[in-house]
Amino acid sequence: MKPAPFDYVRAECLEDAVAVLAEHGDEARILAGGQSLMPMLNMRLVRPEVLVDIGGLPDLARIEDESETVAIGAAVTQGGLADWPDLTSALPVVAAALPHVGHFQTRNRGTVCGSLCHADPSSELPLCLALLEGEVELHSARGVRTVPADDFQRGVLTTAKEPDEVAVRARLPKARDGERFAFLEFQHRHGDFAVVAVAAKRSGDSVSLAVGGVADRPEVCHWDALPGDAVDDALNDLAWALGGSDDIHATARHRRQLVRHLGRQAIEATAAGGAGA
Amino acid sequence: MKKLDRNGRHPVRLTLNGMPEEGFAEPRMLLTDFLRHEVGATGTHVACEHGVCGACTVRIDGKAVRACLMLAVQADGAEIETIEGLAEADGSFGPLQQAFHENFALQCGFCTPGFLMSLSEYLEKNPDPTVEEIKVALSGNLCRCTGYHEIINAGLDAAKALRERRQQTD
Ligand SMILES: Cc1cc2nc3c(=O)[nH]c(=O)nc-3n(C[C@@H](O)[C@H](O)[C@H](O)COP(=O)(O)OP(=O)(O)OC[C@H]3O[C@@H](n4cnc5c(N)ncnc54)[C@H](O)[C@@H]3O)c2cc1C
Ligand code: FES
Ligand code: FES
Repeated sequence: MKPAPFDYVRAECLEDAVAVLAEHGDEARILAGGQSLMPMLNMRLVRPEVLVDIGGLPDLARIEDESETVAIGAAVTQGGLADWPDLTSALPVVAAALPHVGHFQTRNRGTVCGSLCHADPSSELPLCLALLEGEVELHSARGVRTVPADDFQRGVLTTAKEPDEVAVRARLPKARDGERFAFLEFQHRHGDFAVVAVAAKRSGDSVSLAVGGVADRPEVCHWDALPGDAVDDALNDLAWALGGSDDIHATARHRRQLVRHLGRQAIEATAAGGAGA
Repeated sequence: MKKLDRNGRHPVRLTLNGMPEEGFAEPRMLLTDFLRHEVGATGTHVACEHGVCGACTVRIDGKAVRACLMLAVQADGAEIETIEGLAEADGSFGPLQQAFHENFALQCGFCTPGFLMSLSEYLEKNPDPTVEEIKVALSGNLCRCTGYHEIINAGLDAAKALRERRQQTD
């Protein structure tokens, strides 16, 4: 199928993109890597009047190593982040998750911020944003605001971003001394969206587990202490609380079982020191 | 800031396998359709048109990407490589094509251009892949005929041939 007609703007600077969105509101769409938007256009699931291409903006193509965080610009591709030499030390859980985001060909164009804005409940990068308690910086003609992860993703393909806002960068806190991470997912074929994905973080006794693919957005659970013999019960409670549903990929029951198994493996991996699979 | 009107046909100039090409495209024209119908380079195949099958894989500024998920107007000024550029200067098979031929890695051949263009970038980044790595690298390309076994063998053979060629020229 072919997209319905639209006007196309290649933004030359961020202000261009902000101005077009201010003028057209929800009739306009940002085009970043196109790896989710183009299929929706081709299938005519969306019919915007104007597309604003921000993919080529050099100002947004930067990965900035700030003291406590890493700022990832809206034109940084998933492949570009995977090639960043400091990734494994600064963001070990992202380094473990990125190879699961589609295929190297889709990562060559798909952006990190595009994945956050698309907000698929089983996507790996929103899961990492949630676990790390990162934030997204949104710009519009009305001003700039920063939205923490927990407020950003609201539900299936839904975020706090208003139609006139551009996500300019995402900020992810860097791994601190003593923190350990793990990432695991179950998928039917490599490169498919995860049926269930989990990311775990341990700092001293405290453990956090983010789960994607079950609820309508990634959810994070914290335990101040989680001794080995308490893990199974904690995960069982979590699996039921997330309230997954049946679809063509898996039943709700299968999803609960995956939360129990992957959750345990990920939590154990952080205890053993692993950076993730 | 330039706005391209939906009803206009806008000039797109690009380099295709080292040669300058130009044509016209409405904003909504996919790069696949531009290559096939405007330029006449029909080696790039189109199947799913939503990013799943990899048949339309081309290289843009060196990177293997899905041409059905790009607009022609986005490729203005880009360097594009397609299957038509993989043969040797004298028209004989290049190492990737030769490996697919020798391993019976194609039956109907519909998926083949996509597999070759994916491998052409991948084997530059990872010249000596394991079987497991080749499987992951090719997981974004679908084939309905071969069952993949021969394609994986062809990928390994092509990697070897390309390594030997590099040693000779180094
Ligand atoms: C075959 C295939 C397999 C895939 N597998 C996975 C997978 O396993 N896991 C996964 O997570 N993803 C997967 N994806 C999707 C992933 O590749 C996309 O890159 C990602 O979801 C969207 O990023 P993008 O840059 O391509 O955004 P686009 O497709 O350009 O945009 C997506 C949406 O976000 C909006 N948007 C994008 N950037 C901004 C911004 N800066 N500000 C405001 N709005 C913005 C767009 O308007 C659009 O609505 C897959 C895609 C394909 C084709
Ligand atoms: S035709 Fe482009 S991925 Fe299938
Ligand atoms: S050879 Fe027929 S689809 Fe691959």
